[in-house]
Amino acid sequence: MAKLLSVNNLSVHFSTGNGVVKAVDQISYELNTGETLGIVGESGCGKSVSALSLLRLIPNPPGKIVDGEILFEGRDLLKASKEEICDIRGNKIAMIFQEPMTSLNPVLTIGQQVAEPFMVHQQMKKKQAAAEAVKALKKVHIPDSGKRLADYPHQFSGGMRQRAMIAMGLTCAPKIIIADEPTTALDVTIQAQLLTLMKQLTIDTGAALIIITHNLGIIARYADRVNVMYAGKIVEKASAADLYKYPKHPYAIGLMASVPKLDQDVKTRLQPIEGQPPDLADLPEGCAFHPRCRYKIEQCRVSAPSLRTISDDHEIACWVDV
Amino acid sequence: MSDKEKNILLEVKAVSKFFPVHGGFIFKRKLGDIKAVDRVSFHIKKGETLGLVGESGCGKTTTGRLILNLEEASHGIITFDGKDITHPGKKENRALKKEMQVIFQDPFGSLNPRMTVREIVGQPLIIHHMTTGKAEFKQKVDHLLEIVGLNPGMADRYPHEFSGGQRQRIGIARALSLKPRFIVCDEPVSALDVSIQAQIINLLEQLQEDFGLTYLFIAHDLAVVRHISDRIAVMYLGNIVEVASRADLYNHPCHPYTRGLLSAVPIPDPEVEAKREQFVIQGEVPSLMNPPDGCKFHPRCPRAIPICYEQSPSLLQQTDAGHWAACHNI
Repeated sequence: MAKLLSVNNLSVHFSTGNGVVKAVDQISYELNTGETLGIVGESGCGKSVSALSLLRLIPNPPGKIVDGEILFEGRDLLKASKEEICDIRGNKIAMIFQEPMTSLNPVLTIGQQVAEPFMVHQQMKKKQAAAEAVKALKKVHIPDSGKRLADYPHQFSGGMRQRAMIAMGLTCAPKIIIADEPTTALDVTIQAQLLTLMKQLTIDTGAALIIITHNLGIIARYADRVNVMYAGKIVEKASAADLYKYPKHPYAIGLMASVPKLDQDVKTRLQPIEGQPPDLADLPEGCAFHPRCRYKIEQCRVSAPSLRTISDDHEIACWVDV
Repeated sequence: MSDKEKNILLEVKAVSKFFPVHGGFIFKRKLGDIKAVDRVSFHIKKGETLGLVGESGCGKTTTGRLILNLEEASHGIITFDGKDITHPGKKENRALKKEMQVIFQDPFGSLNPRMTVREIVGQPLIIHHMTTGKAEFKQKVDHLLEIVGLNPGMADRYPHEFSGGQRQRIGIARALSLKPRFIVCDEPVSALDVSIQAQIINLLEQLQEDFGLTYLFIAHDLAVVRHISDRIAVMYLGNIVEVASRADLYNHPCHPYTRGLLSAVPIPDPEVEAKREQFVIQGEVPSLMNPPDGCKFHPRCPRAIPICYEQSPSLLQQTDAGHWAACHNI
């Protein structure tokens, strides 16, 4: 598979009243054409920030991309000019946001918003763009799409809004689609509809998909490879099959044991990860996970481990071999 | 009273809740009713956990609020320990608060930000005159905090100083303060991070064992409900469509909606996922203002037959083991 995107040593810092928060700290990963990459982690682990920074959507101030490079089609997106990055946003790399209510503009019709990328990126005239928008809405199974073009977002249900978002994301046949918690706010039956639709559309167009979520089930169903993040760092990288069968990082092991599963013996108590996720402004010395880790050794308190390869396509950031 | 009836702590018989909808600018006309809960019946045995699942807007929270008398039922009867509690008087209501308590979903919105943890957890004790003197009050609150796994040393802090999981523990301590027998848990873990959810679920299970509590566990996460519940009721648009023991419901779901719900939940294991048959329910939940005729699920149902368009099915017993489902086509 061809390498489509590579992120090297990306760091994003936010300056807050409590000091500098390292929301993303030296992460590196790659994305191949046509694959689905899952980024999983709890709230505040930096999964959304790492994705937003791919399109330089981090508000500055307070946020700042302090280090690293993002290579896409032979150039570094962090060094690209404003015009260049605008040309990429929505055109080559598209984003589908979590909250369809807040990320759609309430005073523009759905038609105007779905047609916009056609006019901006493909220089279409209004009429032609509107016709394309109808097609795009049809593709995401919005019934009566011709009529619904004149509707405003509040007239759409949550699931339909998210469909419209997906339609917008796919307008320009992007190479990469980033879906940031695309279905978290939705009911399970709608979630299943939308994710199946998204996966199908990416297979049809050959786009690569990055799914950001905290739901391990979604990753298992839709992702090929997974990055597990904790406190701004990637702690485990593996193929989805490997990660679920042989999780190696204590945090990943803990996550797997702590979620109830539909096919599991119910009599067993869940094994939670003790303690609380750390405050990013006040991270512990050494490995950020060590206060909650049951396998910790002396070294974990002193220095933070970096990713090391343990088998083909499986890396962990941990001093211990569990 | 038969043995079976003695074991039943709470019974809900054909309870409905209609919210009127008004329209018009100056002269308010009644446009109709939202049937949030429509002829719902179920019972909960002593020491049991009944899970109530469904998608947003299906009436599961309203059902919980009806039981707690936070909403008044439009029709039907609710009995607690054999007594009718559908329309309690003021005194009766107060006494009931000692028997049944609630844990809310949002650990941020359900704690008063201007009260310390000690005040929050101890307030029910003061209101119900269950404490005499400062020393006893302090000791009781400290004990409650210890039960839920919080350090009593933190009792004089304010809610914003705690994380989501800790706040949910504060909410649980408050619910326990009056030593209730029955607790409505309304989505108690859905606002929490994955690694914290398990802590709270385990705590709720431990408390149930220690104090012999009975739970109504309302949630939309089927995996969580399966883990904690003995029996499960599935709601759709204000109706209960299926009630069964945990094993029956998850292994042999009868109702097409239950099947669709179960299939929509991904299992965190790629191998299992690859083998699973995937059945995606199409369409969206219809508006409660204008629900479909006949079976409310028929517009989305893959197995709808002509009778489904006309007649609403009633909840019928499918097996002797207490498996009930409301479907014409089983």
